[in-house]
Amino acid sequence: MSRLGIAGGVIQVLVVTGGAPVLTGVMRQVRARLEGRAGPGLRQPWSDLRKLLRKEPVTPAGTGELFRVAPLVLLATTVVVAGVSPFVTTASAIGPAADLFAVVALLAMGTATLALAAIDTGTAFGGMGASREMTIMALVEPTLLMSVFALSVRAGSTNLSAIVTAVVRDPARVASPAGLLAAVALILVTIAETGRLPVDNPATHLELTMVHEAMILEYAGPDLAVVELASSMRLTVFLGLLVTLFVPWGIAVTAAPLALAAGTAAFAAKVTICGAALAAGEVFMAKLRLFRVPELLGGSFLLALLAVAASVFLGAA
Amino acid sequence: MLKLWRKIRAHGRVAEPPVPGRRGPLAAGLRGSVQIRHVDAGSCGGCEVEVGTAFGPVYDAERYGARMVASPRHADALLVTGVVTRNMAGPLRRTYDAVPAPRLVVAVGDCARDCGMLAGAYGVSGAVRDVLPVNAEIPGCPPRPEDIVAAIREMTGR
Amino acid sequence: MSLAGSGLVLAVAVASLACLAVLALPARFRPAAAGAGAALAGAGGLVSGIAMLSGRTFTVALPGALPLSGLEFTAGRLSGYFVAVTGAVAIPAGVYAIGYARHAGTSRSACVFLPLFAVSMLLVPVSATAATLLLCWELMALTSLLLVLAEHRRRPEVAEAGRWYAVMTHLGFACILAGLMLTGGGSLAAGRHLSPALAGTVFVLALIGFGSKAGAVPLHAWLPRAHPEAPSHVSALMSAAMVNMGVYGIVRTGFGLLGGGARWWWLLVMLLGVVSSLYGILQAAVSSDLKRLLGYSTTENMGLVLTGVGAAGLFEDSGHRMLAGLALAAALLHVAGHAAFKTLLFLSAGSAAQRAGTRDLDALGGLRAGMPATTAAFGWGALAASALPPGTAFVSEWLLVQALIHGLRSGGTIGAVVLPAAVAAVALTAGLAVATFVKAFGTGFLARPRSDGAARATEAPASMLAGMGLAAAACALLALLPGIVLPALARAAGVAAGPAVTGLVTLRLSGAAGELSPLLLTLALLAVMMAAAGCLRALPGRRARRAARLWDCGSGPLTARMEYTATSFAEPLQRVFDDVLAPETDIDVTHLDEARYLVTAVQYRRMVPDRIEHRLYRPVLAAVRAWGTAGRRLAPGSVHRYLGYGFCAVTVLLIVLAVTR
Repeated sequence: MSRLGIAGGVIQVLVVTGGAPVLTGVMRQVRARLEGRAGPGLRQPWSDLRKLLRKEPVTPAGTGELFRVAPLVLLATTVVVAGVSPFVTTASAIGPAADLFAVVALLAMGTATLALAAIDTGTAFGGMGASREMTIMALVEPTLLMSVFALSVRAGSTNLSAIVTAVVRDPARVASPAGLLAAVALILVTIAETGRLPVDNPATHLELTMVHEAMILEYAGPDLAVVELASSMRLTVFLGLLVTLFVPWGIAVTAAPLALAAGTAAFAAKVTICGAALAAGEVFMAKLRLFRVPELLGGSFLLALLAVAASVFLGAA
Repeated sequence: MLKLWRKIRAHGRVAEPPVPGRRGPLAAGLRGSVQIRHVDAGSCGGCEVEVGTAFGPVYDAERYGARMVASPRHADALLVTGVVTRNMAGPLRRTYDAVPAPRLVVAVGDCARDCGMLAGAYGVSGAVRDVLPVNAEIPGCPPRPEDIVAAIREMTGR
Repeated sequence: MSLAGSGLVLAVAVASLACLAVLALPARFRPAAAGAGAALAGAGGLVSGIAMLSGRTFTVALPGALPLSGLEFTAGRLSGYFVAVTGAVAIPAGVYAIGYARHAGTSRSACVFLPLFAVSMLLVPVSATAATLLLCWELMALTSLLLVLAEHRRRPEVAEAGRWYAVMTHLGFACILAGLMLTGGGSLAAGRHLSPALAGTVFVLALIGFGSKAGAVPLHAWLPRAHPEAPSHVSALMSAAMVNMGVYGIVRTGFGLLGGGARWWWLLVMLLGVVSSLYGILQAAVSSDLKRLLGYSTTENMGLVLTGVGAAGLFEDSGHRMLAGLALAAALLHVAGHAAFKTLLFLSAGSAAQRAGTRDLDALGGLRAGMPATTAAFGWGALAASALPPGTAFVSEWLLVQALIHGLRSGGTIGAVVLPAAVAAVALTAGLAVATFVKAFGTGFLARPRSDGAARATEAPASMLAGMGLAAAACALLALLPGIVLPALARAAGVAAGPAVTGLVTLRLSGAAGELSPLLLTLALLAVMMAAAGCLRALPGRRARRAARLWDCGSGPLTARMEYTATSFAEPLQRVFDDVLAPETDIDVTHLDEARYLVTAVQYRRMVPDRIEHRLYRPVLAAVRAWGTAGRRLAPGSVHRYLGYGFCAVTVLLIVLAVTR
C-alpha cells in the first residue's frame, strides 16, 4: 500500500462517485442531440439523485433484510472496485485486491445480490429480471475470463497494476492482433454487463423487454438513489477498466501532485469520450431479442479465444 | 445506418425554443427534477398522443428536468389522462399509494378534469379529483402540447 | 503409539461403542447415540489427520484379521489431509443427525451404520495394502448403501436409487480390484516398476473405479439418484467426504503408486474433469429438486478438482514442479472448501425439506419468515458455493485459474490448446454456478411460500442448527483465512520443493506473480457498506420508511402462483443449452366433448433427463439384458445338460493341466 496507491485510491473513489452521474448526463445529452432534441443538461442526473435522497423510502410488504441491504452491497462492490483498480495511478490502494479476477468477481457479486433482492420481492417482474440477468452473466463469464487470460499472458500476471505497467512500458503491444481482439471482446462484455443496447435498453418502459430495470421496479427514494448511483458507477468502472487496460496514456507513475492531476484529467477525458461514443452508437442500434443475445455473446467468446491463441502463438515470436 | 446518419445531419436540432411557463414550483422538494408516471384511467388515446408529442423532439419536455418512468415507485408525479372508469378507480388509487411522498397528481384533458363529454356515462366512476387529490389541471380536448409543457415547467420550476 | 494413531484408534473405539449403544438402547436415545458416535469419531479423525500432517506417523499391522493378507494401516501426509477433511465433515453431520433422526423417525439400521460409515471413511486413506484398502472401501460402500436405503419403506424411489448405487459402486470396486491386482503386489507404497502399457491399464481402471466414486461424468448416474433419497446428514457425508475418496484414489494411484506416468493420463483426467464440471452445473442449473441440484453440484465441484489434478500431472510431466504444486494445492483446497460448503448446503437444505415436507423448489419459498436461521445458513452456503467473494469456492477457483494461466507456456503445444479450453470451461462453470445458487436460494427460501407445507414450516431444533453452525464456521474460516490450511496443503501435495502458495492474510504465489487477499476484500466491502449506511442515516431531510403494498400494476393481490418458480428461472438457460439438455415436452390437451375447438384443460409437462444416462446407459443395459436372455438358453432345466457341462469342464481342465505341465 504505497503512497501512490493510497492517493490514487482516494482520488479514484471521489472522481468515480462524483463523475458517474455526470457521465450518465453526457451520454443522455449526446443521445438527445443526435435525436434532434435539446436535452436536459449534464447536471440532470445529480438533480435526480438529490431529489431521490429526500423522498420517502418504501418497504414493500413481504420483503426482508436482503431487499434492504442489496443496494448497499451493490454500491460497496462498485466503490471497492473503483478504489483498487489502477485508473489514475499505476499502483493500487489495496494491492492484493487488485487482481483482475477479483475485480470481475466483485462486480458479479453486486449483480447477484441485486438479483436475489429482485426474487425476494415475489413479483413476476423481479423474478424475470433476475433470471435474465443471471443468464446473461453466466454467458458473459467465459468471454471475460478469456480476455483477462489474453491480457495476462503478455504481462505475466493477472494483477491489474502489473498489466497496466506492462502496457505503459510497451504501448505497441496494444496494436497487436491479440490486443485488438481482446479489446473488441471486452467492449461486448461491457455492453452486456452494464445493460446497454443492444443487449438491454436502459430507458424502456415495457417490462417484458427489461433486464436490469425489472430488478429495481420496487425500489424508491434513497434506496433507488443508491441503486442508480451504483449502476452509473458500474458503467464508469467498466469503461475505466477498458481504457486503462488498453489506452493507459497519461496515467500517473509518481505521487507528484501534477502527475496525479494529469492522470485524473486523462482518465476523466478518456472515459467521457468512450461513453459519448457508446451513446452515439446506441442511437443507431435496436435492442436484440433476448434469445439472440447468446449468439452475440458466443461471438464475443470466439474473439476472446482467438485473442488467447494469438497471444500464445503469435506472441511467442 | 448511413441513411440514418445523413438524416440526423440534415435535420439537426428539431427542438423549438422554450414555451413560456407558469413560474413557481408546485412542490419544493422536487425542484429541478420530476419523474412522471403516466396512467390511462379510461382515455380515448387523444391525450396520450399530445403527451407523447410534448416529450418528443419538437417540444422536448425532458429539457426541463422531467422524465417518464415505468414504475410508480420511481415517480414523483402521476399524469392521469381520461375519465376514471369503474374498473380503473381501484388501480388508480393503488398506483397513487405506490408513489413515495412528496407526490403530485396532474389531470390532463377535459375528461380527467370534469369527465368532459363522457359525464354521466354508465361506465364512468368520476373525474380524477373524485378519486385522488389533484395538484394541477390541464384543460383541453385534447390539450395542446404547449400547455402540457407549461404544466411540467410549473412542476419542475425550470 | 503417536497422536495420529491414537486418534484413529479412539475413533474406531467410539464408533463401535456407539453401534453397541444403538443396538442396546431404546428408540428414544438411538439417534443421539448414533449422532454423538459419528461426531466423536469425526473429532478423533480430525485430530489424527492434523497430527499426520504435522509429521507424526504410525503403523498398525493386523496380520490375522484377514486371511492371506492381513490388515495394515500407515500414516502419510496426503492420507492425513483426507482423514482431517473427513473428520471435519463427520462432526457437524453427526451433531445434525441427533436432531434429524429424532424427528424423522429413522430406523435402527440407519442409526447403527452412521458411526460405521464415518469410521470406514476415516480408514480408507490410511490403508497401506491393497487388501486393506479394498476392505475399507467395501465397508464404506455397504454402510452408505444401507444408510441410503434408510427410508425405503416410506418412498419407493429409494429402492431404485439404492439399486443404482449398489450396482455402480460394486462395478467401481471391481475395476479398482482389477487395477490393484495388475500392479502385482499387495502394498500401496510407491515405486512400482510396470511397463507403460500395464501402467496405463492400471491407471485407467483406477480412474474408472475412483472416478465413479467421485461422481465424474459419465459414471455419475448414481449421484443424483442416491443423494436426494438419503437422509440429509448421510447426503452430506456422502457428498462432502465420500466423493473425496475417489479423488484420493486417483491422486494416490497416479502420483504415488505409479509415479507420474504418461501425459495422456493427465489429459484424460482433465478431460473428465472439464466435462464433469460443465455437465454437472448445467444439470444443476435446470434442476428443480433441491437435493438433486446439490448432488449435481457435487459432480461439478469434483470436476473442478479433477481439472486441477490433471493440470498438476501435466505440469509435473513437463518438469514444472512449482506449477504442479500450485495446481494440486488448488485442487486440494477446493476439496476442503467443497467439503465445508456442501455439508452446510445439504444440512440446511435437508432441514428446510424436512420442515416443509417437500424437496421441490417449485413448492418451496418463503422460508425466511418461519426458518430464519436455516435461511441464513443456506444463504451463506450458496455464497460459498458460487465463485463470488467472499466465498469459499472463490479462493480455490482463483488458485486453479492462476495455475492454468501461468502454466500456459509450460504444457507444450497440447497445453497451449488444452489450458485455454480448461479456463473457458472453469469460467462458464463459475457463471452457471452463480445462476444456479441464486435460483436455489432465491426461489427456495425467499419471497413467499408456494405451498401449504412451506407456509407452515417452523425452525429446526437446536442440534440441527448447531450442526449447520459448525459447517458455516468452517466455510467462513476457509473463505477469509485460507492461509491457515495452506502449509498443510503443501505438505500433503508433496510434489513441489516448497509451498506453492504462502501467506496468511494475503495469499502469494511463489514462482509466479500473483496475490490475493480475501480478508482485505471482505473488510473493505464491509467498511464501505457501513459508511454508506451511515451517510444515508445522516442525510438531512430524510423521511420515515413506509410499508407499502407490492407494486402489482394496481390490479388484484398477487398470489404465490404468480411468483417466478425455479423452472421458469432456469428456462432461458435451458433454452440456450437446448442441444445438450434435450428436454422432453409433453402437452396434453383435453377438448370439450361437443366442440373440438374448445378446450377444457391443458396439461404441460417438461422433463430434463440426464442425457448421458440415456445415450450411454440405456444401450449398455439393453446389451446386458440381451446377453442375459441369450445366456438363458444355456440353462433349459435339463439335468442331463448340467451334468454334461460339469463333465466337459473337468475334462478340459485336465487336458489343459496336462498340456501346460
